[in-house]
Amino acid sequence: MIPPAAVAVKGRRRRRLFRADPPVLGFPLEEWGKTWYNSPIRWGGVPRQSEQKEKLLPVNKHALRAAFPLTIPVMAGYLVLGMGFGILLQSRGYSFLWAGLMSLTIYAGSMEYVAVDLLSGGASLISAALMTLVLNARHLFYGLSMLEKYRPVKGAKKAYLIHGLTDETYSLVCSAQPPEGVEPGAFYFWITLLDQCYWLAGSILGGLLGQVLPFDTAGIDFAMTALFVVIFTDQWLSRKNHLSALIGLGVSAVCLVLFGPDNFLIPAMAGIALLLMLLQRFMGEEAAS
Amino acid sequence: MSAGTLHSLALVAVITAATLLTRVLPFLIFGGKKEAPRLILYLGRVLPCAIMGMLVVYCLRSTDLTAPPYGAAEALGVLAAVLLHLWRRSSLLSIAGATVLYMVLVQAVF
Repeated sequence: MIPPAAVAVKGRRRRRLFRADPPVLGFPLEEWGKTWYNSPIRWGGVPRQSEQKEKLLPVNKHALRAAFPLTIPVMAGYLVLGMGFGILLQSRGYSFLWAGLMSLTIYAGSMEYVAVDLLSGGASLISAALMTLVLNARHLFYGLSMLEKYRPVKGAKKAYLIHGLTDETYSLVCSAQPPEGVEPGAFYFWITLLDQCYWLAGSILGGLLGQVLPFDTAGIDFAMTALFVVIFTDQWLSRKNHLSALIGLGVSAVCLVLFGPDNFLIPAMAGIALLLMLLQRFMGEEAAS
Repeated sequence: MSAGTLHSLALVAVITAATLLTRVLPFLIFGGKKEAPRLILYLGRVLPCAIMGMLVVYCLRSTDLTAPPYGAAEALGVLAAVLLHLWRRSSLLSIAGATVLYMVLVQAVF
């Protein structure tokens, strides 16, 4: 048999020859070199970076495995609501590309439904900004309650967690605890990312289906009303004191009558905040921290 | 690119920026060691309920109560959502059921 060194092409001869060297200390030189290179003595007891990565990878897989089952209810909801959004947008003459773009950038379910109105009505930039701030003011309070949970997460991952803090993602990360051995940051990251994927997929699918749907989609925008009614009912059931919920309904209804459908949101917000502050002592358990 | 498309793109950009602002602000202000003031924490507990009530009213804002069918489709839709939710506590079922009922009502009944 011809040894491999003998058939090696000219340029490679040297390395091949080196490789064919007789074994030192009982195993090939190359193996011995690897062993030394990886040895804790050479690296002062610190494992090489590639090894650290290898150790991190399974942990992240665990995080995905732990996160996925929790997101299944959101998957169902986001696919349906996202499709509703995509269909609605398509019915106003905006293709699925718009749905995809908005789901990537704005990514706030209820705001995107409102944005359909703003876009197709050609709203001014200032009124759109005001509307967004008023509608999304609740995010301020989501952020406040996630300060502690997200504190150890750093960098781009944290930025993404903040960007993806929708109502549903908030309710998941708020209640879910990462299982033992799973890095909390990775766990929250997967919940957030999976949720956005569902919403994105739903909205693009809706935009595509909207063109070919065989039935009349009039009234599909009631999905948004139903969504808020359901969240409202959930919050009502989970609390003993209903004063804040009643203030929200009552003040808004009064403002709607006083200021009309186009201008009532800002006075309603101000009135709600004021009344909540004034009536703090009637809030029962909610007032005590 | 038409002016309409440009305006729509600008709207998406503005809405994105404003949404991001509401999400980032708490982390910017209270991200350090500072404890949030009691009033803010109190509002954080009671405001979500009130805002959901406001959003329900917002969604129903253009319901016309002065002309037939006097908002009956909306009322039945909301009622269906609440009842379905009390029955099964499944958000998806409640939303889908109420939406389908509403679509049937506005397309075929009223």
